[in-house]
Amino acid sequence: MRPFDYARAASSADAARLAREGATFIAGGTNLLDLMKLEVMTPSRLVDVSRLDLAEIEATDAGGIRIGAMVRNSDLAADEGVRRNYPVLSRALLAGASGQLRNKATTGGNLLQRTRCYYFYDTAMPCNKREPGSGCRAIGGVNRLHAIFGTSEHCIATHPSDMAVAMRSLDAEVEIENAEGRTRRIDLGAFYRLPGDTPHIETVLEPGDLITAVVLPPPGGDRQTYRKVRDRASYAFALVSVAGVMALKNGRIAHASLAFGGVAPQPWRDEEVEHLLQGEEPSLPLFQRAADALLADASPQEGNAFKAPRLKRTLVAVLSELCGVKA
Amino acid sequence: MTLHLKMDEPVDRDRLEDMVQGVIGEPIDRPEGELKVTGRAPYAMEQLPENCHHGVLVRSTISKGRLADLDKTTIEALPGIRLVVTDRRLLRNPAQGMAGEAPVQETDNIHFFGQPVALVVAETFEQARHGAQRIVQQLQADTKVVVNPDDPEAEIETPRKKQASTGDLDKAMREAAFTVDQHYTTPGHVSAAMEPHASLASWDGDSLTLHGSYQMLRFNRAELADALGIDEDKVRILAPYVGGGFGSKLGIAPEAVAAAIASKELGVPVAVAMTRQNVFEMVLRRSETSQRIRLAADKEGRLIGIGHEALVSNLPDESFSEPVTQATPFLYRGENRLIGHRIARIHRTPAGSVRAPGEAVGLTALEIALDELAEVSGIDPVELRLRNIPEEDPSQGIPFSSHTLAEALTTGAERFGWESRDPKPGTVREGEWMIGLGMASAARVNMLIESKARVTLTSEGRAVVETDMTDIGTGTYAVLSQLAAEMLGLPMTEVETRLGDTGLPPASGSGGSFGAASNGTAVFLACEEIRRQICEKLTCEPDDLTLKDGHAIVGNRRVPLAEMLDGAELSAEGHTEPGDAEDKVRQATYGSYFAEVAVNAVTGETRVRRMLGVFAAGRILNAKTARSQCLGGMTFGIGMALTEELLHDKRDGHIVNRDFAEYHLPVNADVPQIDIVLLEERDRWANPLQAKGIGELGICGAAAAVVNAVHNATGVRVRDLPATLDKVIGGL
Amino acid sequence: MNAAGNPTAQTQLAINGRDYRLDADTRTTLLDALRTHLGLTGSKKGCDHGQCGACTVLVNGRRVNSCLTLACMHDGDEIVTIEGLGKPGQLSPLQEAFVRHDGFQCGYCTPGQICSATAMIEEIAAGWPSHVTDDGTGKPQLTVEEISERMSGNLCRCAAYPNIVDAILEAAGGKRA
Repeated sequence: MRPFDYARAASSADAARLAREGATFIAGGTNLLDLMKLEVMTPSRLVDVSRLDLAEIEATDAGGIRIGAMVRNSDLAADEGVRRNYPVLSRALLAGASGQLRNKATTGGNLLQRTRCYYFYDTAMPCNKREPGSGCRAIGGVNRLHAIFGTSEHCIATHPSDMAVAMRSLDAEVEIENAEGRTRRIDLGAFYRLPGDTPHIETVLEPGDLITAVVLPPPGGDRQTYRKVRDRASYAFALVSVAGVMALKNGRIAHASLAFGGVAPQPWRDEEVEHLLQGEEPSLPLFQRAADALLADASPQEGNAFKAPRLKRTLVAVLSELCGVKA
Repeated sequence: MTLHLKMDEPVDRDRLEDMVQGVIGEPIDRPEGELKVTGRAPYAMEQLPENCHHGVLVRSTISKGRLADLDKTTIEALPGIRLVVTDRRLLRNPAQGMAGEAPVQETDNIHFFGQPVALVVAETFEQARHGAQRIVQQLQADTKVVVNPDDPEAEIETPRKKQASTGDLDKAMREAAFTVDQHYTTPGHVSAAMEPHASLASWDGDSLTLHGSYQMLRFNRAELADALGIDEDKVRILAPYVGGGFGSKLGIAPEAVAAAIASKELGVPVAVAMTRQNVFEMVLRRSETSQRIRLAADKEGRLIGIGHEALVSNLPDESFSEPVTQATPFLYRGENRLIGHRIARIHRTPAGSVRAPGEAVGLTALEIALDELAEVSGIDPVELRLRNIPEEDPSQGIPFSSHTLAEALTTGAERFGWESRDPKPGTVREGEWMIGLGMASAARVNMLIESKARVTLTSEGRAVVETDMTDIGTGTYAVLSQLAAEMLGLPMTEVETRLGDTGLPPASGSGGSFGAASNGTAVFLACEEIRRQICEKLTCEPDDLTLKDGHAIVGNRRVPLAEMLDGAELSAEGHTEPGDAEDKVRQATYGSYFAEVAVNAVTGETRVRRMLGVFAAGRILNAKTARSQCLGGMTFGIGMALTEELLHDKRDGHIVNRDFAEYHLPVNADVPQIDIVLLEERDRWANPLQAKGIGELGICGAAAAVVNAVHNATGVRVRDLPATLDKVIGGL
Repeated sequence: MNAAGNPTAQTQLAINGRDYRLDADTRTTLLDALRTHLGLTGSKKGCDHGQCGACTVLVNGRRVNSCLTLACMHDGDEIVTIEGLGKPGQLSPLQEAFVRHDGFQCGYCTPGQICSATAMIEEIAAGWPSHVTDDGTGKPQLTVEEISERMSGNLCRCAAYPNIVDAILEAAGGKRA
């Protein structure tokens, strides 16, 4: 770990000022310190934002909730309102990491988790995300964990978060305060950038930007679930996951928002698939069509080809569960 | 006085049965338990002196070639950096078990990715870690490196001594009513002891003291002395608490030698703990295996032929090769037999012992093959095995010392409710979950290793047991104390066992399941000698002496030991070594596994819902710690069956998943409340305790029970372990 | 800056009811501060990356991986380590149950398991759900399944898992079902 100066931010303005001078924010630290120990990340200044007054979950005028960036994953998962109105979010959080990690990890930090790509984690390996222009060793290497959507010839890494997948299915917006103290909101889908030829740039955040909250609109449906497929019964990253939020009206699908984890450089969503379901009567053949449509764009590697059929079946199972259709 | 026993003949008298203290075999709590649950048990890195410096190992980032230069100036200016050790005495990799001499040194010759090449020492751990990460290596990589065992250019060695053939297997296969001829593969595994390898070295003049995390101290002392080029009597190793071993800490490892060199040069104590990533890359792994198994059976399912051929790997100059077929020569009947063993010489992290080398992977494949034979013959898997238990060792024609496989099979089948199993795969369904039952036999060779121990009966009438034996979680503190308590008639609280110090009598060490029985025998012998000395004092015959609750009883005399000793103390050494017994009979331990799994029809995920192990290992010395050993072994089996796999990059052989996030040890949720039955058994050929090893038996075939259950649940036969969800669902 | 030239931080920690002052390299993790600077070696380093749980301690009552947090981030925090839960002769009920059920073998992961379980029992009592809690808003029960899931952040290679679950069940008065 490279030596660094440490400062604790007294306010978000204070944090922004320090960040403008080139400091890196640290909150829960569960991923940043992991990467700093390996010198995958080498900040020379850390600004501790963990004690900023951003740990509230509040109701919004729009009928949704505003989750402060410093709300811990365990508090968010256990929150009565979240469990009642956004169960997909609670379930996703509880499917991730361990009790200990959830007690440290924050809402803002979770969104900014780095990939678990083995080659990203090993500084002896070329990696365009870690060292732009050095190459992608995961292509042609071990890529069991890697993405089947949204990849480029420069990077096939996945985003590892469960929480962000659920938030994507809930049409979350990220609230950001910039270095000048101005606040803006960005749809979570627009928050992440695909790798293209700049896989080291993962979000639209600018230097000095601080995530202050995630804002959820009222849930689009009361039928919600999160299904995670992994190599262990617990404490493992998703191979594939599906977050589903649906509403039925008069026997037809009135709302369907679906997001997918473990398969793309960001929590993945496919409007075409949702459109295909919208207004239709739930049925297995419909779900199969949706799954086929989703996978039409997949471009798997040798080591992760299994993810495509897995994702299909998991999606069909999730849709069947949410719509009460016997699989 | 030393009482010596070479095991040439069986010991018919079950001497422990004569004792009356009533502690041997009992499920007694570990005497060191309080220290462990309060965090007070001192492991290697927990007694750091004030002026201690810290070292971090530097790894090679090529698979083969030379370290042309290590530019020390790149880090010398960094704060706190005190030394960069590049020394011809540094170890390339840990010594193999019981080597007793240094492994390959000269770390500037690089043989595998991740090989240690240097040590960076600084005043603090943080400084040393940064230095090790920043130092610049000039590496000359060889253009051609073979890193995969299936590379056509891999040099394949076929050691003549490791091939065996009797009868005509091909003919048996042609004439058989039922046959199986299949290939199975198992990936590399790691021991993954929770405590990473760590050493704290300090010198007093030319004498070295090393606090380490090691399993076999008398060998480790010799290895360390040899590596450093000093006399053994100048080396003392202390390892009273070892945070797990499972084979990974059998031989002295690079961090110990590096710490010793650095400490000598700087004149301060130096501590070197491997990072977890270091442990993955620098410590010996279990070789991946590729196995061909042929089974030929008559129409009653009786085997007439068994072929078991294995391909394993290691570095060109490493002597160890995973003894995959170790149990195959004696487990089942069959007059036509063929054993093959080949070693691919490749440049990956070298291979060595991981819990139950041989049977862990070899028996697993054999027991999947047996399940396949049961399927093709339509004979119940338990019944099939019962029909194939041989009368004597079918390869050597010698008797078995004891044999409990049949009892383990029938006991297990009854307790598990095996008769409820539908042999037709895929018939039981609970919602999304497909339910199946599977079973397998367990077997592991049994060994006795030379061992010494000293027992002292103090003038207060307390006993002290001393040996350089280790307790790596195996229960050594408990069972040695129990043996002394039983033999000397003392409550457990009156016995103290001191372990893990090369200043004490040299023991077998912990490995190969032989520790408790070998070293227990040494303690037993020392106690017998003390009993003889007590008889001398009391002028009675050994058979007339009863020791109980701190009293000597002869006829109607009952004397407190302290009173009898009258200020004196009695001390004796026990010394045992293997003899002709091991050639006269086939000694092994046996058992059975039963597993119930649920396989998710949507995702392919497998969950073990129930698991039972039934084992016999001679006299059980402590029913609680023995059971825990079995739980541990079976959980290794669950990992082997479902999740554990070293992933190597095919282009350079490096271990890709070198941490616990991606090398998937089973977690609590992967393991059901496993049921264990320990069968009552005595083996008079093993040792005077009539006890055998149990530390590894629980892993020997356990994975097969799980994989066979997956087949019963789904009809999918996974032959390439682990049975990850993609393989299971891929077959549906 | 310390004499050796690396940035340092001064940190006040209340550990097991006692105040400690730490002046250390900013890079020092809470785990290394405990083990190397403060002589509290009960917390163990198994992976140093939050992947094994051997370093688990309680910070302001919550279980965390002490290897994945900087000591300097805990100024003023209350920390309980295994040393603060009990000592030989005065074991906590959970520590006693671990001994009786052989909830460990080598003992290296054990302090982390016990710290983790101590907080986990409170989490269930507070009604925190887990991945296996059936109903999204129901109260979790102390069952084998709940305990196994919630203790999955603590690896044990000796694999005392069934015994750990039994020990927790007994100490917390849960159900075996």
